[in-house]
Amino acid sequence: MQTSNRVRGISVENPLLQINHLSTSFRIGDQYYRAVDDVSLSVNKNEVLGIVGESGSGKSALAYSIMRLHNRAKIEGEILFRGKDIMTLKNSEMNKLRGNDMAMIFQDPLTALNPLMPVGNQIGETLLLHQPNISKHERKERVLELLHLVGIPRPNYVYEQFPHELSGGMRQRIVIAIAIANKPELLIADEPTTALDVTIQAQILDLIRELKEDMHSGVILITHDLGVVAEMADRVAVMYAGEIVEIADVVSLFENPLHPYTRSLLNSVPAEGQDRLHVIQGIVPALQYLPREGCRFRERIPWIDPSAHEEHPELHEVEPGHFVRCTCFKQFYFPDKREEAGIYGNS
Amino acid sequence: MKFMWKFIVRRIIITFPQLILLSVLLFLMAQAMPGDALTGLIDPNVPEEVKEQRREELGLNDPWHVRYVDWVSGIVKGDLGQSFRFKMPVTEVVTDRVINSFWLSLVTLVFTYLIAVPLGMLSGRYNNTLLDSAITTYTYIGFATPIFIFALVMVWVFGYNLGWFPTSGSVAPGLEPGTMEYYLSKFYHLLLPALSMALIQTVSTVQYLRSEIIDTKQKDFIITARAKGASESRVYNRHIFRNSILPIAAFFGYEITTLITGSIFVERIFAYPGMGQLFIESVLLRDFSVVNAVVLLFGIAMILGALLSDIILSIVDPRIRIK
Amino acid sequence: MAILEVTNLKVYFPIKAGIFNRTVDYVRAVDGVSFVLEEGKTYGLVGESGSGKTTTGRAIIGLEKVTEGKIVFQGKDITKKRARTRELNRNMQMIFQDPYSSLNPKKRVLDIVAEPLRNYEHLSKKQEKMRVQELLELVGLSPESILKYPHEFSGGQRQRIGIARAIALKPKLIIADEPVSALDVSVQAQVLNFMKDIQKELGLTYLFISHDLGIVKHMCDEIAIMYKGRHVEQGTKEDIFERPQHIYTKRLVAAIPEINPRHREKQFQFRKEVEKEYDAAYDDYFNKDGLAYQLQKISDTHLVALPEKG
Repeated sequence: MQTSNRVRGISVENPLLQINHLSTSFRIGDQYYRAVDDVSLSVNKNEVLGIVGESGSGKSALAYSIMRLHNRAKIEGEILFRGKDIMTLKNSEMNKLRGNDMAMIFQDPLTALNPLMPVGNQIGETLLLHQPNISKHERKERVLELLHLVGIPRPNYVYEQFPHELSGGMRQRIVIAIAIANKPELLIADEPTTALDVTIQAQILDLIRELKEDMHSGVILITHDLGVVAEMADRVAVMYAGEIVEIADVVSLFENPLHPYTRSLLNSVPAEGQDRLHVIQGIVPALQYLPREGCRFRERIPWIDPSAHEEHPELHEVEPGHFVRCTCFKQFYFPDKREEAGIYGNS
Repeated sequence: MKFMWKFIVRRIIITFPQLILLSVLLFLMAQAMPGDALTGLIDPNVPEEVKEQRREELGLNDPWHVRYVDWVSGIVKGDLGQSFRFKMPVTEVVTDRVINSFWLSLVTLVFTYLIAVPLGMLSGRYNNTLLDSAITTYTYIGFATPIFIFALVMVWVFGYNLGWFPTSGSVAPGLEPGTMEYYLSKFYHLLLPALSMALIQTVSTVQYLRSEIIDTKQKDFIITARAKGASESRVYNRHIFRNSILPIAAFFGYEITTLITGSIFVERIFAYPGMGQLFIESVLLRDFSVVNAVVLLFGIAMILGALLSDIILSIVDPRIRIK
Repeated sequence: MAILEVTNLKVYFPIKAGIFNRTVDYVRAVDGVSFVLEEGKTYGLVGESGSGKTTTGRAIIGLEKVTEGKIVFQGKDITKKRARTRELNRNMQMIFQDPYSSLNPKKRVLDIVAEPLRNYEHLSKKQEKMRVQELLELVGLSPESILKYPHEFSGGQRQRIGIARAIALKPKLIIADEPVSALDVSVQAQVLNFMKDIQKELGLTYLFISHDLGIVKHMCDEIAIMYKGRHVEQGTKEDIFERPQHIYTKRLVAAIPEINPRHREKQFQFRKEVEKEYDAAYDDYFNKDGLAYQLQKISDTHLVALPEKG
């Protein structure tokens, strides 16, 4: 059996991270609206969980919730990290976890770095915060090692440089060095390559993969790029309008996508032999106008018989480890066959 | 570092045309004023031929560019002309006043920042709270209150009614210069005018710092700092405060301009013998050579202030250092 | 028939330095680029950030000063600004990258789309309104939206308003500078489909500037790969994606994420090999300044920047 439990997505007895019924709400006017709505998922050690969705799907809000980095959001539910609910932790206890046991790689490496601090000090700060006892000299040695590890040439020179003196790819390496400084068990990467060129993207993804292998960390990779997910993830969760609509191991998701949204998304990126791209009707509604009753994707596929949807759509396990929300997937079809070339074409 | 020096040298070179322009304007202003250097020196009853002869001797009939060069070289040597009122060289009239004004400005600046930094930080950090509203209200009142009215109130309350501070002069009479009492008295005389000025002038800095902090607070790198596990106090001290104070530091030099305007009123109200007071008195008495000298010194101070601001900025902001 | 011919185009930007801000050197943003656009085709210009692809597009439409070279549009030399007649200008339009900042937020859709019409055609208010409504319908927006403001639209809709403005004068050539890179995947699809549709309908020629190889492959007939201001390879879609010859192109193509998770290990391995080849053969493909050589013809359609033999 080549497909191990890990790949099949069956949660091993003690997941590194277990999220139960997590909701994150933002205040608009005088009301709270859920940007993340009742999400449950798990991440194991040594596993990459990809979270895919377009803007407004709630994927970034979910990441920030796990790190508890939201300033003014209402968060409900359980976040069990190594079996312990971190929602109940005090801020000072949370600070001991952040940057040490769980760390984050951000999307835009220019704005994610302090413009007035040499990059060496910015990496060193993470070490200082969690290992206050090591000497200044040793800390610098460690930073130089990290710079070398993330593939920065001439670490001694770059140590003193400011973010604006580095290229986008170099800056993202610095952001990664900050995140991995204390070998975190959980690494959350929020669109880590969106701002980068394709060859740099390949290098950065390679780096994240290598680091994961070395540290045996669990990784949550958030992206809108299906290609990135296909290359990186062991399991994939697809988010739409704050909910997980499909979750499966990566091979099942790409070879047997079920939810209409997943299938639409896969057909809207150019593929071999596809003459026309599929266009999802309508737009993702703003947070205040999200439909909260019934299938949230219903309005985007009006040609599907309304009775195909569940009244209260739930995640159904259709195969071991492969979950799909709502029942509408059973009757879903593309109205225009040209738009459905299949993701691998016919070759 | 090399780039920084290049920037500073270039910036200093730019000040020369500014200074020349200032001097030309002043020279033209002086020419436009009634009378000339002779008017104050000579008995008005002296016959016109004698005056004309004296004018010729003093070079007052030379073409304007020769007189301009004479005038500028005089200034460089410290010769600012004769005061009509004091019947002595302007340089002597001005020297003590400059020193007094310098100390008053310095103490005012210290007060300004002592008030602005904590208030701006608190207001920015806890924005949209009761504390922030209180501080913002103070800044609005500060903006709305003219400095001369506020200074009058301060003199009236703390000088006359409560008697806590002296109400005029820069030092108690009869003290021996150089003694400890002398300096303490000088400082004591400074306090109330400096505080009056600072309380009003600081409000713009408070607001500026507040909005800088609110702005920096929302930057992505602050989230990075939190994600590293930095405590709130560290996030504020190490990241937000440092990055917000930078534009304030750069503003420092320009603060001199505000100080000069403020001092003109405040020195008058506190009868404090500084440049501002001298300026008002000389204008009222039409002591033009002194007015001219004061304007020249004010102008130089402002140009140097701007220079200082840019240099400070180039030192503290690595992004400018490169350009 | 060739609609646009670019010959040895160079766009240099001066670098100022020293105390007196003298020009000490030039940034060679575009450094000797030649290509021909056939009418009705889509020509892709691909490169990473800083490769000069956007500057090339801006120079062609007249937003950058040409340092050297020649641009011939519809048979007329338009290298000099003065040579750009009104008639030629209206036949060439541009679509910009960011649909959020390229539309004036204070203007209504009617005024945005009608702006080129007002410059070139003297229509009555009523005719103008009808034309704008036609255009909006053509880009798939409701004709009632003419009185709305840009912020009332989504990103994809805004980009379509930008396109409506660009096609208002029925141009022959559209320069599209990263037209979909700021958009979500599903919205990208909408804009790309639409660009293909109006191309057929209006017989448009596109110069499609993009860093996204997947989209370029989907859209373009011919492709040029740009690096440091020069073309490293030029050819049909098949030439570039199936028979890449230049090491830079190979590396770029290898970096495209593999959409089939079953093949990913193979892809990583392939990428490693290409990377090794890139490191080993770098000096064979680039001159001592790290720039590409002159293009050499290796087939009727396929040109590669290789050192001259001998």
